[in-house]
Amino acid sequence: MSLLHLAIISPFLLAILVPIVYKLFKQIHTGWFVLPLPILLFSYFISYLSITSNQQSVTNSFSWIPSLGIDFTAKIDGLGLLFALLITGIGALVVLYSIYYLDKKKEKLNNFYVYLLLFMGAMLGVVLSDNLIVLYTFWELTSFSSFLLIGYWYHREKSRYGAQKSMIITVFGGLSMLGGIILLYLMTGTFSISEIIAQSDEIFSHSLFVPALLCILLGAFTKSAQFPFHIWLPDAMEAPTPVSAYLHSATMVKAGIYLIARMSPVFAEHSLWLWLIAGFGITTLFWGSFSAVKQTDLKAILAFSTVSQLGMIMSLLGIGAAALHFETVEDGYFTVATTAAVFHLINHATFKGSLFMVAGIVDHETGTRDIRKLGGLMNFMPITFTLAIIGTFAMAGLPPFNGFLSKEMFFTGMVRVLEMDIFNLDTWGFLFPVLAWVASVFTFIYSMIIVFKTFTGKFQPEQLEKKPHEAPIGMLISPIILASLVIIIGFFPNIISNTLISPAQAAIMPAEGYVYDTHISFWHGFTPELFMTLGVITLGILLFATLPKWKGVYGLFPEKLALNRFYDSGLSGIQQGAHGFTRWYMNGSIRNYLVYIFTFFIVILLSTLFIKNAFKFDASNVSAIKFSEIVLALVIAVASITILFVKSRLTSIILLGAVGYTVALFFVIFRAPDLALTQLVIETISVALFLLCFYHLPQIKDEERMPFKATNAVISIGVGLVVTLIAFSAHSNKLFDSISQYYIENTYEKAAGKNMVNVILVDFRGFDTMFEITVLAIAALGIFGMIKLRLGGGKKNENK
Amino acid sequence: MEIVMSVVVGILFMSATYLMLSKSLLRIIVGTAILSHGAHLLILTMGGLKKGAAPLLGENGPYTDPLPQALILTAIVIAFGVTAFFLVLAYRAYQELGTDNMDKLRGTEGND
Repeated sequence: MSLLHLAIISPFLLAILVPIVYKLFKQIHTGWFVLPLPILLFSYFISYLSITSNQQSVTNSFSWIPSLGIDFTAKIDGLGLLFALLITGIGALVVLYSIYYLDKKKEKLNNFYVYLLLFMGAMLGVVLSDNLIVLYTFWELTSFSSFLLIGYWYHREKSRYGAQKSMIITVFGGLSMLGGIILLYLMTGTFSISEIIAQSDEIFSHSLFVPALLCILLGAFTKSAQFPFHIWLPDAMEAPTPVSAYLHSATMVKAGIYLIARMSPVFAEHSLWLWLIAGFGITTLFWGSFSAVKQTDLKAILAFSTVSQLGMIMSLLGIGAAALHFETVEDGYFTVATTAAVFHLINHATFKGSLFMVAGIVDHETGTRDIRKLGGLMNFMPITFTLAIIGTFAMAGLPPFNGFLSKEMFFTGMVRVLEMDIFNLDTWGFLFPVLAWVASVFTFIYSMIIVFKTFTGKFQPEQLEKKPHEAPIGMLISPIILASLVIIIGFFPNIISNTLISPAQAAIMPAEGYVYDTHISFWHGFTPELFMTLGVITLGILLFATLPKWKGVYGLFPEKLALNRFYDSGLSGIQQGAHGFTRWYMNGSIRNYLVYIFTFFIVILLSTLFIKNAFKFDASNVSAIKFSEIVLALVIAVASITILFVKSRLTSIILLGAVGYTVALFFVIFRAPDLALTQLVIETISVALFLLCFYHLPQIKDEERMPFKATNAVISIGVGLVVTLIAFSAHSNKLFDSISQYYIENTYEKAAGKNMVNVILVDFRGFDTMFEITVLAIAALGIFGMIKLRLGGGKKNENK
Repeated sequence: MEIVMSVVVGILFMSATYLMLSKSLLRIIVGTAILSHGAHLLILTMGGLKKGAAPLLGENGPYTDPLPQALILTAIVIAFGVTAFFLVLAYRAYQELGTDNMDKLRGTEGND
């Protein structure tokens, strides 16, 4: 247990204390007690910068389940540290923001901060674990705490719907990821990521390689809201805004990106990896930005924009993987895509976090997030307006903000795809820059919608629930810090290039003996990317100005094909299907269940007999037949069959008695005196009992023959046949002699008795007898209880 | 003789199954009773029939296998206990619920 482990676990420890603190200090907002922890952790992780900027890593381990190779190994390298800083840094800002956002009297703050701390710890665990099983454990914990946070206002139906949806989709992906992890273990024999990476060349041609790749990808795609699994993210916007800012823009949705980046050294050489990630990423980018334009809710626009930006990062990671196939890794010509991915990851966390907080402020101060009701807030909220301008312009990729730089690099990466001549990229590669460019136009449009529809235009006070005014300063601190970062990184990108980006890139694409040097220059000269950006801006402004004229395009897209419709109808279809199926086979009739049981009995035994070729008929070992025995056999057969056809129950009871007495006679013939005796007595008592029962049973009007049913007849003949066949085969297949010779020899010598059956019952195998006595006693007590006890339950049921 | 007995046992199982698939509770219990007769005879048959004298030391050997007989004796008693319990249960069920038709004995409202 090292300090690093303690850092990962500390949020969990604090989560235990939060409810206590909440109860003890009602007057102080609980968030103030939580705030120091992420700040402390942030400064602790900052201290690792000196180690990771030299592209070194620190590994600490302690045993958890050593027998299964599962150790809690914490490893901090460039990639892990980048995420850890994002998690703790934005975590601190979100906690600060939430102190002003959530009312300490109206909200259940203890729940909120416990969930939030659980999430923070889980997320730190995901990015700092080197053991895949530990990573998976934390991974599911993030799904779980995200579920709790989305459903924080659990009295709202929409919150519950969103929480359930995100849970189903992310856990589906999580489980498939677990499958991938197990496949990796089968191939390499270890759960440690670094050891798996070391063996990546050997497993490349393994037959399980592709299934493992697909399973892991599915986990990453669902978590990071990639097409078509992005549908949970817009519904997760029902969570309180600090949660949306933290989980659904900056951290959790990037867990999938982290996973892709982390596993890149293992899988990146495979063409499927490149195509799937880049393909799904670019589709998500386009679809997300296209859908964002038609939304009317601020947070919904931001959600789709998050989806689209995640798609962008994903596609960059996919394209970056292609660089491995070229000799020119060193000059950074193709690796620029990976650099752009890491850079945009940081940028996105800064501007999207601040935009969510801005949306939260607007909501908090006006009572609505609907852009149709908002407008003209610029004069009331100048600071918020400024923050929104910075965030949205960065998102749209305008200079001088950081989004401009990452978008330029994005275009660079995409344009260079045209020069790749592997995996059919020379045929289809042109799609990447085209789609990227179109998506950027849409990104520009929705960014403008956010800022201009909210803050400029006509002010509609009658639509708003509250009189708008500027937010309290506490609420503005966090977005101000994030917006300043947007500007600082925009102007001085190189302060993070060698400290954060290069080490992270070294973790994604380890190249031996090569130190990545990512220098981000502000001005490239007149490159194609610059003209692409100019095109985006021109067309974007044009389309934004004419938005009302062409917005009808969205109406053309049939609602029926929407992915949410598929999800909803799929879910209810599964439920109804399962319900209908259960209704169909569990219809409450015992007869039906007996039919299933007997049918399975027949089918399974018969097929086993014939598949295994077990049927045998051997008459060499049988005893002779006497005429009297044939008569008895005929009597018992006729009697038992006649029961089936008699009308009266009395007759059937008497026939049953006849069967019983014939059995007793068989016992006599087959040299079993004790059995015959017992059988006679017991049959007499049984028949008497049956008659007693018969006497009390209904005055039978419908005392008639059982209606003949063909299925019943077939099943019963089948059962009889199976029993006879098995009896034949068993008798023809005697494998060894009976052990009874021992009993016969020792009855008198050892047990001092001459009746062997009795000696076996009370001496050799006395335990059987003891418990058979118990059975009788229980039956007697049960009968007594049934007759005597009247606890009123029966009567009450009748009265209902 | 074992072959004849195997067929007899098959017939007993067949009628028992058919009775157990019927509607009336009493017929079902008759079916279980016949089923246990079939099982007892099956145990006896599989032990081998008429291999010698009754398993009493005074007789002249060789003896019939005593072990299946002990097993059957136990089984008879247990089957009797269960049948008796089952019969009284049927009787009480009829008293309380007023029917012995299995199609009607399907749980109460709101319990399905």
